[in-house]
Amino acid sequence: MNMQNPNFLLMVEGLTVSFDGFKAVNDLSFYVEPNECRVIIGPNGAGKTTVLDLICGRTKATAGSVKFKDKELLAMREDQIVHAGVGRKFQTPSVYEDLTVFENLELSYPKGHSVFGALTFRRDANVKARIKEIAETIFLEDLLDEKAAYLSHGQKQWLEIGMLLIQDPELLMLDEPVAGMSVAERKKTAELLRRIVEDRSVIVIEHDMGFVADIATRVTVLHQGKTLSEGSMERVQNDPKVIEVYLGH
Amino acid sequence: MERSSNRLFTTQDILGFAVLAVIIFIVLPMALDSFRLNLFGKYLTYAFVAVGLVLCWGAGGILSLGQGVFFGLGGYCMAMFLKLEASTPKNTAIQSTPGIPDFMDWNQLTALPWWWEPFNSLFFTMIAVVAVPVVFALIIGVAMFRRRVGGVYFAIITQAFAAILTILIIGQQGFTGGVNGITDLRTLHGWDIRTNDAKEVLYFVNAGLLFACLLIAQFVRKSKLGRLLIAMRDQEDRVRFSGYDVASFKIFIFCLGAAFAGIGGAMFTLQVGFMSPTLVGIVPSIEMVIFCAVGGRLSILGAVYGALLVNWAKTSLSESFPELWLLGLGGLFIAVVMVFPNGLAGVYAEHIAPRLSGLFGGKTGAAKSPKETPAE
Ligand SMILES: Nc1ncnc2c1ncn2[C@@H]1O[C@H](COP(=O)(O)OP(=O)(O)OP(=O)(O)O)[C@@H](O)[C@H]1O
Ligand SMILES: [Mg+2]
Repeated sequence: MNMQNPNFLLMVEGLTVSFDGFKAVNDLSFYVEPNECRVIIGPNGAGKTTVLDLICGRTKATAGSVKFKDKELLAMREDQIVHAGVGRKFQTPSVYEDLTVFENLELSYPKGHSVFGALTFRRDANVKARIKEIAETIFLEDLLDEKAAYLSHGQKQWLEIGMLLIQDPELLMLDEPVAGMSVAERKKTAELLRRIVEDRSVIVIEHDMGFVADIATRVTVLHQGKTLSEGSMERVQNDPKVIEVYLGH
Repeated sequence: MERSSNRLFTTQDILGFAVLAVIIFIVLPMALDSFRLNLFGKYLTYAFVAVGLVLCWGAGGILSLGQGVFFGLGGYCMAMFLKLEASTPKNTAIQSTPGIPDFMDWNQLTALPWWWEPFNSLFFTMIAVVAVPVVFALIIGVAMFRRRVGGVYFAIITQAFAAILTILIIGQQGFTGGVNGITDLRTLHGWDIRTNDAKEVLYFVNAGLLFACLLIAQFVRKSKLGRLLIAMRDQEDRVRFSGYDVASFKIFIFCLGAAFAGIGGAMFTLQVGFMSPTLVGIVPSIEMVIFCAVGGRLSILGAVYGALLVNWAKTSLSESFPELWLLGLGGLFIAVVMVFPNGLAGVYAEHIAPRLSGLFGGKTGAAKSPKETPAE
């Protein structure tokens, strides 16, 4: 492969993590281009979530390298990785239930991240305008003053996506963003993702094949911590190995 | 659009501060004789700790069972200064080494230890009252929070620190006064703190400092940092992966709580006239958490009422039934946890405030019933 290609936004090489001898991710390599929407699929326990955990620093890798814009992420602290431009959505919606939608978005606004900065942070016109803009994108403009606890499951998923969008990351990683959504919500989310992908790269983990076909530039199929197949949706869907371990049932 | 949480004071907050100010600055001094007022002044020194706990525990979910350490450190700093002032060569002429504190002389010390020297200066002492607890909190905070120690483990470790400090103080009699503590304190820069007049002045100084701390606490809670603490309590990972260094916020709030506790400890020493290891250890540390829980761990004003009421009950009860107090305290804690998880402040917000606002037809109360649900 053309590993020196400077056009890659993210280069994952030989990534391995071992939990007490069990290799959840095993010598994994893949490359993500700018403005690409990469979808990772694979059976339960394949290591999909773990890959995202490794990239964003939540889990420490045993071996390998993760380069984002030529910076080694594995040596950085979680918050530094975020500031480098990598955003991460969790599999279960993680929003601040005791705070309003507005406050949830405000805490994610990329300013005042030090102790002093947080003490002196002012809710100025720019902040308000940006929050309003994001709220419109994620279909929550009428719920800004609602406590996040009272949102529906799908709305919480959107809110968390919005919390990432407001940081304008160059790489956005979404773990099962449509899980638990109604058909109508799924449609809206697909539309939302298509808009998001326009000016950034996205890695999405998803089980819903219809949804995957809708958004993916390329698909990586993960199985037992390794790449089973990679390529366009069409190619992957017709790969006999993939049909055997994943799509067949 | 009106967003109450961003304003430093809502109408409700102003009312709450005003009522508390009237009680502390006017009602209590008018209603109580000088002995009782001094007692309430002592209770209020615990309120400093309780307010700090509201920030750490209520807002940030960091339960410290070792706040007595910081209260004690502040108190000891003040006691060291007062003791040095009381130990003039003239006052201590009968000692084998005049001019050093009496307990040092009894323990065969012949010179003042070097680390006591700076406490000859009131200016140094006043800084130390805040700085020493903060530095301790900083060391504990960095060691624990950088390693991501939290929850029950953190609580137990802080408790261990309370035990260790008590043992150290008791063991190092010659340097610390041992189990008796530092007693027989007399004057502050020549001003006799034992007189009724002095005690009254100290009561007001104490109350003023408490309000200063309350204002700082209010500012912190209403800042973005306050909302971050709530967010961290519920979804620490989400905060971390939104680009915040979570540990630094925990360290900050823990140090702030320690600073408040240190001031409270120093004011205790001044008003009560001694400092001893019984105020530092595990039991007082847990009692301080109970003051906070009874008042309502989410409410800084509630914490003040909690400290006042529980201590007042303690004094009244242990005057008549000393053996019942510990039982009562335990029962109270269980009741608060099981029935009123948000303490007095919760009872007020849920039952009294809506009725009050109904009475006055105002919009102050109802909309602001408890903003935060308790964290686990
Ligand atoms: N911290 C950990 N300690 C031990 N084992 C772990 C840890 N995290 C994940 N695993 C294991 O690693 C494997 C991969 O888990 P992972 O959550 O990445 O799967 P996944 O592909 O996201 O599955 P799903 O589709 O169910 O979300 C699983 O067998 C899991 O039990
Ligand atoms: Mg997963």
